[in-house]
Amino acid sequence: MKKFLSIALILVLMLGVFAACGNSAKDTEDENNVPNNEAVGDLPDEGNETVSGDTIKIGMIGCHTGDYAQYGLGVKNGATLYIDELNANGGINGKQVEIVAYDNKGNNQEAITAFNRAVDEGITALIGDVLTGNTIAVVGEAYPLNLPMITPSATAATVTYDDETDTVYGNVFRTCFIDPFQGEKMAEYASEVLSAKTAAILFETGNDYSVGLKDAFVAKCAELDVEIVSQEGYATGDKDFKSQLTTISSKNPDVLFCPNYYEDDGLIITQAREVGFKGIVLGGDGMSGVTGYASSEVLEGTLYVSGYAPGSTDAVKAFEAAYTEKYGAETLNMFAATAYDAAIVMCNALAVAEEAGLEAGTDEYKQAVIDAIRDNSAELECITSSGYAFDEYNNPVKDAVIMKVEDGEEVFVEIF
Amino acid sequence: MSINKKIIPMPLRYIINAVLFGAFLYIMNHIISSGIISKYYSGVISLIGIYIILAVSLNVATGYLGQLPLGHAGFMVIGAYTSAIIMKSVAAGSTGVAFPFALLAGGILAGVFGLIIGIPALRLRGDYLAILTLGFGEIIRVILLNIDNVLGFTLTNGAAGLQKIPKTTTFLITFICVGITIFAIHTLMKSRHGRAILSIRENEIAAEACGINTTYYKTLGFVVSAFFAGIAGGLFAGYIGILSPSDFGFMKSIEILVMVVLGGMGSMIGSVLSATVLTALPELLRSFERYRMVVYSLILVIVMIFKPSGLFGTYDFSLNSLLDKLILLFKGKRKNGQKNNEIKEGAEK
Repeated sequence: MKKFLSIALILVLMLGVFAACGNSAKDTEDENNVPNNEAVGDLPDEGNETVSGDTIKIGMIGCHTGDYAQYGLGVKNGATLYIDELNANGGINGKQVEIVAYDNKGNNQEAITAFNRAVDEGITALIGDVLTGNTIAVVGEAYPLNLPMITPSATAATVTYDDETDTVYGNVFRTCFIDPFQGEKMAEYASEVLSAKTAAILFETGNDYSVGLKDAFVAKCAELDVEIVSQEGYATGDKDFKSQLTTISSKNPDVLFCPNYYEDDGLIITQAREVGFKGIVLGGDGMSGVTGYASSEVLEGTLYVSGYAPGSTDAVKAFEAAYTEKYGAETLNMFAATAYDAAIVMCNALAVAEEAGLEAGTDEYKQAVIDAIRDNSAELECITSSGYAFDEYNNPVKDAVIMKVEDGEEVFVEIF
Repeated sequence: MSINKKIIPMPLRYIINAVLFGAFLYIMNHIISSGIISKYYSGVISLIGIYIILAVSLNVATGYLGQLPLGHAGFMVIGAYTSAIIMKSVAAGSTGVAFPFALLAGGILAGVFGLIIGIPALRLRGDYLAILTLGFGEIIRVILLNIDNVLGFTLTNGAAGLQKIPKTTTFLITFICVGITIFAIHTLMKSRHGRAILSIRENEIAAEACGINTTYYKTLGFVVSAFFAGIAGGLFAGYIGILSPSDFGFMKSIEILVMVVLGGMGSMIGSVLSATVLTALPELLRSFERYRMVVYSLILVIVMIFKPSGLFGTYDFSLNSLLDKLILLFKGKRKNGQKNNEIKEGAEK
């Protein structure tokens, strides 16, 4: 009897679960059949007068739960913030933009099923994925469909470009910059703003980030006629850099580029001053947080490049205020800002395709959106950059933020 | 009349199953290739197939052999990387031909590792074996993460993972592998070797006293389990297109173990059904995303409270036994009067 009872209970529970699924699936169908009423009804200040017949669906896949939820939610909220504003102002060409957001838990397997699910729901474009690995998994599915997608946060070069077969994934863009780009920016800044003629580098061998920045810096310096007087490497875990720094100091370079993480950089800068180095120290965004690892005297005047500086410009301040009001400050990070930009770039491109009178979901429509992202984004007013131009690998050529250490504080200098 | 007597003769039983399975493959393949169901659904179905192989193969070590290995994801990742590296090195045109061989190679390598780890591991019992296999799974993951850096070549790409693996896993090949796995394990368990494996689960000392070479049969069960996990790993690599070691951590092993325990340890139908349900459930619950992991966990808790032996216990479904029973029932009705008389006579005697 007890056995029978327990089986019956389990069955009832299972039935309950499946019945619930059935209902909710039906609900979404209903939503799809009655556009602009239920589906977007909960959005604030909906512009009813401009409603035409249907909606434009944008997918948003990311890790909304799990270890990296901080990034995933930032991206989702940042992009949603812009799309809500856009819908309140009448949407794209009178059409409302509907968001199809799915969680992938930071898992490649879920990223693929979530993406295919979103495609089933009829998305015409995708903002995402968030983590690099997930994005590469999604690109594998999206590339054959030629579905326009912009990732606000995947920094690996292989997201848009396959070096093995020399293929550029034409449909994939990003609004964050890839790591080596920081090296180029810093070389330009050293040459143009600091008027440096000679430079030295101290980098961590065997670290992709560090080596990538160093290579880009060296290449750009050669272009700009900045002489690299010394390149020194160190192994992961080293704590004493004096022998390398003595060599560097004897050549007396104008700037020392340290494309490493803040902990190492703190030690390097302290020891560099001890051996008598007088020039300016430069770094990448890995240097953010260095103030906790060296005294304010030795750090004074140190510069590094970053993608985003909180509270830097008026546009950033306005974005941060709107974001905090709606979602709280918890998930407000760099990727929330780049996601907001991604939404601007994507909606602008969708508007171009809509104005051309193409039918959503067709190959021409997708291609029109892709072309518009590539060609029509350079003049857009975005918050982390005044416009996005894309190079031949679909990586953005955008503004960077220069940060400086002053009196032990990391302060914003300028957008470069 | 004995219940165990088989009315349908043995070869016919296999033929019935084979024909039904073939028809299932044909119909489903037709539905998928003609685009009646979308890529989302066919993808989820392929995933279900992969998890069925994983659950059924783990069931050999857990359910039939009665051990508790926690390193199944380790065997899966060996198969996945082996097959992915092979697939990446073959020419683009011949991936379809190479895929079965890559799968087989992945399975064999996983089996070899199963042998290497199994011989020392199976001298241990219970908790100790669990800890050892757990450690093994983690070691494999860490090796894949660091082998490139240490040895200075490009094989696994470390943390970035293997990318752009040809997507060769289709519904058909997945479910052919599912069929082969289930058939092989079923026939193994019905054979003398399978009975020896079961006897070890029931009582190892008694089995040894009967002259069964327990070390040999434990290792055999372990290797079979690892081999099919490797095949599933290869299919997974071809499905997902990108492998990174972090996807195959301890939680992956637990996920597979949960499938086996929920379905009932030692029940093939239990493993198949719970792998199906637990793979499909998170997708079915996508509409209320915020609660889906809660519902998933809740089902596990409730099943474990009310039916600790799993949904099916050690029961196994057999279509032909069911047919046998139906035939008996049909015959029984006609002979009902006669039977009743027989029983009365028996009672009188």
